[in-house]
Amino acid sequence: MCSADGAFISVRNLSVDFQPVGVLDRVSFDVAQGELVCVVGPSGCGKSTLLNVLAGFQAPTAGSVRIGGAEVDGPDKSRIAVFQESAVFPWLTVEENVGFGLLGLSRGERRRRVAAGIERVGLGGFEHAYPPQLSGGMKQRAEVARALATQARVLFMDEPFGALDFLTRLKLRADLLDIWRAERQTIVFITHDVEEAVQLADRVLVLSRRPAAVVAEVRIDLGRPRDLDAPAYLRARDRILELLGVTRA
Amino acid sequence: MTPAARRLPVSGDATASQRAIDPELAGGRPEAAATVAAPSRREEVPGRRALLGLGPPLAVGAGLALTWHVAARASGGDLVPTPGEVALAIGELAGKGVLLDYVVASLFRVSWGFGLAVLLGVPLGLALGWYPAAFRALNPVLQLLRPISPIAWIPLAILWFGVSDLAPIFLIFLASVLPIAMAAAAAVHGIPVVYLRAARNFGLKGPLLVTKVILPAALPQLLTGLRLALGVAWMVVVAAEMIAVTSGLGYLIVDARNAGKRYDLVVAGMLLIGVIGLLLDQGLRRLERSGHVQR
Repeated sequence: MCSADGAFISVRNLSVDFQPVGVLDRVSFDVAQGELVCVVGPSGCGKSTLLNVLAGFQAPTAGSVRIGGAEVDGPDKSRIAVFQESAVFPWLTVEENVGFGLLGLSRGERRRRVAAGIERVGLGGFEHAYPPQLSGGMKQRAEVARALATQARVLFMDEPFGALDFLTRLKLRADLLDIWRAERQTIVFITHDVEEAVQLADRVLVLSRRPAAVVAEVRIDLGRPRDLDAPAYLRARDRILELLGVTRA
Repeated sequence: MTPAARRLPVSGDATASQRAIDPELAGGRPEAAATVAAPSRREEVPGRRALLGLGPPLAVGAGLALTWHVAARASGGDLVPTPGEVALAIGELAGKGVLLDYVVASLFRVSWGFGLAVLLGVPLGLALGWYPAAFRALNPVLQLLRPISPIAWIPLAILWFGVSDLAPIFLIFLASVLPIAMAAAAAVHGIPVVYLRAARNFGLKGPLLVTKVILPAALPQLLTGLRLALGVAWMVVVAAEMIAVTSGLGYLIVDARNAGKRYDLVVAGMLLIGVIGLLLDQGLRRLERSGHVQR
C-alpha cells in the first residue's frame, strides 16, 4: 500500500497557477497511514485548492499526489471530502444521504452501514429528517456519517466545522477524534483556526501566503484528550501563530 | 483558501427554531431532542390566518369591480359592459354548454404545446447548462430566436399546419420551449459546486448523475422557469386561437366581436383567461413550495 519511504500520501512539488497568480508553489509533504494532519495558513492562501487537488477534484499545474502508491487522477470513493458548506443533499433524508455512496451494495449491507454511520455521529432519531430541518452542526454530522458509511480510509476535510458556532465546533472536534481513534482513517484537515489544529493534529503543516508553500511542519507530541492549558499545548500554538506572522503582545 | 471557496454555507445559518432542536446546543442527546423536533417542514399556517390572508386581495377585487361598474354606468354603457352584464354573459355561455368546451379546448392546446416544450426544453437546457461548449455554440441562436414574438410565427404556422389544432400547439410549443431551455440551463449553472463534487466523489456519472443529483439540485429553479413559461404559453394560446381555429377562449373573444359586437362576451372571455391563468400559476407555485422541492 505504501511507497518505499513509508508515506501513505505523498505530495511532491505541487504547484497550481490560476493566471496570473500562483496559488500553490512547489508544496511537498507526506502523510503516514492513520495520521491526522492539519493544514493551517493565512486566509486566501490556497488551502482549499490544496485539498481539491489532493481529493482529485482539480488537476495541479505541476507536481504529483500519490496515495497508497497510486497517482491521484480524479476523485475516488476510497477517499471522501467533507466540505465547509454542507454538501449533504437537501432533497434526500439523512438516511438517504448517508446511504448515497453505497449504491452498489446489497440492501442489507447498505442498511447496516447507514445505521452504523448515523449511530457513530449521534444522529439517531433523525434518520428521516431533511437537511434543511437540521442545524449546521447536525448537517456536518450527516456529512461525516456519509463519508464513514463508505468505509473510506482517507478523509479530506475542508474547514468542516468552520461555519459552526463555538460550542458546536468543540463538540464536533471531540466526536471526530473519538471516531478517528476507533477507526484510524488517514485525515488531512484544513483549517484557519490554529487552536483547532493543535487540538486535533498529530502534525500541523503551516502554509505561507499566496502562492502557498509549506513554511514548517509542527509535530504535536501531546496525548489525547489534550489539556488546553498545558505548557506544551500553548507552546505549540504560539509557535504556529509566530510562523503565521502573528506577533503576540 | 481561495476567495471562491469562502462562500456562505449553501443553506444559510441555522435559524433560532433550528437551533432549538440541535442536540449540541440543547445539551441533550439527539434521541431526546428528536421528540421535541416536530417533523414539519414549514411553519403551519392556521386556517384562520389563511382566511384572513384572502381578505386584502378580495377587498381589492371588490373595489375594482365597483369602480368598473361606476365607470361603465357613467360612460353610458357603450364603451364597456358592466360587471353584472359580464357575469350574465358567462352564465349564458354556461347555459349553452360552450363554456366548458372552450375552456377545455384552450387547455388541451396548452397541455400539448407546453408538454412537448417541457419534453424537449428540459433535456436541451440541462445539456446546455452542463456542457459549456454546447452553450457557447447554441446560445447566440437561442437569444436571436427569443425576441421574436410567437405571434410573428402565426403566418408560417398557418402555412405549415393549416386551420387545425396543430397550429396553436406549434405556437405554444415555440413560445415556451426557449424560456424552459434557458431556465433549465440557468438552473444547472446555479447548482452549488459542492453537490457536484460530492457526487463525483461517490463515483456517480452518466445517467445516475443526472437523475440522482443534477435534476433534483436544479429542480427548484427549474420549476420557477416552468411556471413563467406556462404563463407565456397561456397568453399565446389565446392569441393563436384568434386566428387559426374555431374553438377556445381566444376564438370566443374574436367571434363575439365579429358575430354581433357582443362586448359582454368579449370581456367574459378576457376574465376567464385571467382566472384560468391565475389557477395555473397557483398550481405550479404549490408544486414549487411542496416539501421535497423547497430548499
